[in-house]
Amino acid sequence: MCDTCGCNVTHGNAHLAHEKDAHGRSAVTVLKDLLSENDRAAAHNRAHFDAHGVLAVNLMSAPGAGKTALLEATIEALEGELRLAVIEGDLETENDANRIRAKGVPAYQITTGTACHLDAHMVHGALHHMALDDADILFVENVGNLVCPAAFDLGQHRNVVLLSVPEGDDKPAKYPVMFRAADLVLLTKADLLPVLDDFDPARAEANLRALASPAPLFQLSAKKRIGLDAWLGWLRGQLQQFKVPGSKFKVGVTAPRFRSVP
Amino acid sequence: MHELSVCQAMLREVARVAAGHDAAAVRRIVLRLGPLSGVEPDLLAEAFPLARAGTVADGAELVIERLPIRVRCDTCGAENEAAANRLLCSACGDWHTRLISGDELLLVCVELESNAECGMANAE
Repeated sequence: MCDTCGCNVTHGNAHLAHEKDAHGRSAVTVLKDLLSENDRAAAHNRAHFDAHGVLAVNLMSAPGAGKTALLEATIEALEGELRLAVIEGDLETENDANRIRAKGVPAYQITTGTACHLDAHMVHGALHHMALDDADILFVENVGNLVCPAAFDLGQHRNVVLLSVPEGDDKPAKYPVMFRAADLVLLTKADLLPVLDDFDPARAEANLRALASPAPLFQLSAKKRIGLDAWLGWLRGQLQQFKVPGSKFKVGVTAPRFRSVP
Repeated sequence: MHELSVCQAMLREVARVAAGHDAAAVRRIVLRLGPLSGVEPDLLAEAFPLARAGTVADGAELVIERLPIRVRCDTCGAENEAAANRLLCSACGDWHTRLISGDELLLVCVELESNAECGMANAE
């Protein structure tokens, strides 16, 4: 795997490490992820989720794709079956957390100020306000943004990316880093397909496959409560795998930032 | 947009390495970035002079090695270079490929100026 991590090059350079030249300079080989600090915090969060038996699902999308509406519909559908908790990420306002609380589910709002993404430290801070023992699934609703959140591991087990019909079917081609990170893609606001007929779900899927992504793609409308069964089935399936005693539940293999760095 | 925070995180790591080697200053930082890392090299290079100010890397040079995207086909085994949004096998056209390079976000190497041996006499 040397061609993956680049260690082939640095093996050749290894003899330079710690050797000082005439000017007292030395080169130290590091070979660490640039975001190793975030990744350490993410691993800590993940261990915390594992210890509490909570499946952590990170929801990412453009602003307005329907993440909160999806959560509201999901809460209604799973009421009495699964215990949910939600961490909300937004630049400002408590609006989304209030919408979740109105459905009777505990929610903590992270307001990032100007930051365009959540990072593992922010999520860690939020965890101090959550009673994880009372939850089966923790949803983290990331800041609406198809760029930055893809680069930051939060400690989640699964990434779900929403693509709403008004955005257009070429979004996976325009934002490959985000859509490559998806373990599941939800085509939301699918009730608008007859009106916005230039959106071709087959083309959206072809754009997703062109990223070498095996992620399933489901169509749904949270508002009209259409197509929720496939999504709920997927969630139940993930939770079932996660709860198998002794199984090491693997984080999404498609997510680039989850690859191990030597 | 997030390149400044990536840069700041990198500099905290660099500071740790420098402190661990009792270095007086950091001369060079070498990174390896792939297009699928989600970090834009040009924006990172712009953020660097702002982020390094007042740190042990104040005055350090940032070297960014840009790596190509390469995939290996699970179906036919061929390897080829690919575009960020078209990770298909160029031999058989299949999408069942694996990325073998292109998502790197690596701090490769830090060049340090030592405290003891270097001294001000050697300063250029």
